[in-house]
Amino acid sequence: MAKTAEDMKSTAANPVMDWVDERLPVTKFWNDHLAKYYAPKNFNFWYYFGSFALLVLVLQLVTGIFLTMHYKPSAEEAFASVEYIMRDVDYGWLMRYLHSTGASFFFIVVYLHMFRALLYGSYRKPRELLWVFGMLIYLLLMAEAFLGYVLPWGQMSYWGAQVIINLFGALPWIGEPLVEWIRGDYFISDATLNRFFALHVIALPIALLGLVVLHLTALHETGSNNPDGIEIKKVKDENGVPRDGIPFHPYYTVKDIFGASMLLLVIAFVVFFWPTAGGLFLEYDNFVPANPLVTPEHIKPVWYFTPYYAILRGVPDKLMGVVTMGAAVMVLFLLPWLDRSPVKSIRYKGWWYKILLGIFTIAFIRLGMLGMAEGTPAETIETRIWTVVYFGFFIGLWFFSKNGATKPEPERVTH
Amino acid sequence: MISNKKQWAVTCLVAAAMLLASFAAQAAGRAGDFPPSEVNINDLASLQRGAKLFVNYCAGCHSTEFMRYSRLSEDLELSEEMVMANLVADPGKKIGDTMTNAMSKKQGEAWFGKAPPDLSVTGRSRGPDWIHAFLLSYYRQDDGTWNNAVLENAAMPHITWELQGIQEAVYSMQTVGDQEVQTISGFELVEPGIMSPDEYATAMRDITAFLTYTAEPAALQRKTVGVWVMGFLALFAVLAYVLKVEYWRDVH
Repeated sequence: MAKTAEDMKSTAANPVMDWVDERLPVTKFWNDHLAKYYAPKNFNFWYYFGSFALLVLVLQLVTGIFLTMHYKPSAEEAFASVEYIMRDVDYGWLMRYLHSTGASFFFIVVYLHMFRALLYGSYRKPRELLWVFGMLIYLLLMAEAFLGYVLPWGQMSYWGAQVIINLFGALPWIGEPLVEWIRGDYFISDATLNRFFALHVIALPIALLGLVVLHLTALHETGSNNPDGIEIKKVKDENGVPRDGIPFHPYYTVKDIFGASMLLLVIAFVVFFWPTAGGLFLEYDNFVPANPLVTPEHIKPVWYFTPYYAILRGVPDKLMGVVTMGAAVMVLFLLPWLDRSPVKSIRYKGWWYKILLGIFTIAFIRLGMLGMAEGTPAETIETRIWTVVYFGFFIGLWFFSKNGATKPEPERVTH
Repeated sequence: MISNKKQWAVTCLVAAAMLLASFAAQAAGRAGDFPPSEVNINDLASLQRGAKLFVNYCAGCHSTEFMRYSRLSEDLELSEEMVMANLVADPGKKIGDTMTNAMSKKQGEAWFGKAPPDLSVTGRSRGPDWIHAFLLSYYRQDDGTWNNAVLENAAMPHITWELQGIQEAVYSMQTVGDQEVQTISGFELVEPGIMSPDEYATAMRDITAFLTYTAEPAALQRKTVGVWVMGFLALFAVLAYVLKVEYWRDVH
């Protein structure tokens, strides 16, 4: 049986700690959230991505602070200041590549984290709020990434912003005034860049951190789900400790440290040997300074937005396109209530769920690839098909989950 | 069970890698398909020759405004005196200055119809293959004027024609969709230049290498640093794994 961190260290009273604890619940916090916070012992590969997301968040905050010291949020100087960071600031290139690579990895990690929830039904009762906070983080992350992408003030920064901000113009009545209000000008300009900088470095990071606290608080209230999708709190020992639970610290801290070193290895490979990732993480056109007079031949967002961008482009009507794209993101919020299966995990849901999720995954990836393509008539037709499949997943889930075949869940976690 | 888990993890990693690769293939990014330029920015001699050629033939019109002479001296292993004597034309310049020139944007527009662009990061936006192909693709038209097969109606004249000589385009008919289109399939050297075709291709490759380097001087540095960082992380990962196994001994 697993020991707690408490058992492992000597329990000799520490007067300094006592003094602090009487004034600030440090030991209580440590125990509640680490040493005596019990997590299921059967976490697998998919359970790394939550802690990875936290690690990448810290990476972005730290590298972001250093970039802010040298970056100039002005239409005249922004592009040059980024090149200044790349050339004249000591290890500026390292900070910049860590930040640009970190942005893409944030999405890789978050997408896999969300996929884990789809695999094991992590959003199901009693974790609906946990999922909703996670979705809000995802929304803010998209906004944060978009704002940050504008800052280098390259051609793709400028024209990508043009396309995305103009989406708001599709809204009836308020569209045009809203677009003007967002830009702070009649066109995308220095004023836009300035406010995007403010939002990127202050407003959204604060909101993100707040949501992460809520996300973790909700998690620690319900406790983690696990690959079997059963509640470990149902089977407790005489001390009230879940029999299938192990203290987060030290077991998952050491495991996550190993995981973190593997993630950092992959990030380091990209940063040092493949920083543009073949035009995926840093787009080639963005090495051309923003020019309001020259529209690039092929405007496309960074890879993490392309599934939604494809959906947007696939709809012939602009307003309907915006609505469909918005719905594609928002429908994810409803997952906890769309899934009505008596079991949570894919392990005990029948074949129907494996097929649904498999097709949904293919649709998402294929839409992502189509969003990068030029949008030929054949590609547009394919995009529409996958868009229907994308939404079909949620409808199918609602229909099949109620009475779909299931296997019996075990009493205790398996492996 | 352990091996099962590991298989799972490996499968997932492979799937992720394939996904990334397919995305990268899709992104492709740069339009057109050009023969590989085969530049090597770690070839110091090539960079030095490229710098010299660039200063002699290109820098009069094209600035590289983010590139400092001092950085050039450092990275190309040339003394500051050598840089000042050989690579700096303007006597008013100091070693810490950037590679700008005396031509204003207005003058450029008046003389060429379009101001010559700054080439600091062109090595990244266009890429070395494009630049090399562009430099090799000037040809004389029937009316005696220059054109470029890579950048149609380029505002830039054929600056290095004395080195290359004069080539003319060879056309062939190609079917695009259901239409017969005349396309350039190659060039024919009608008047030899100072350099042989091979020498010229190498010289242009040197310029391309130089522009690839100026687009990202840190590229010379980052791979060296990267080897050490990844070495450290690999070692750290092994230790972390051993520690994890040790702690988890009493869980299963």
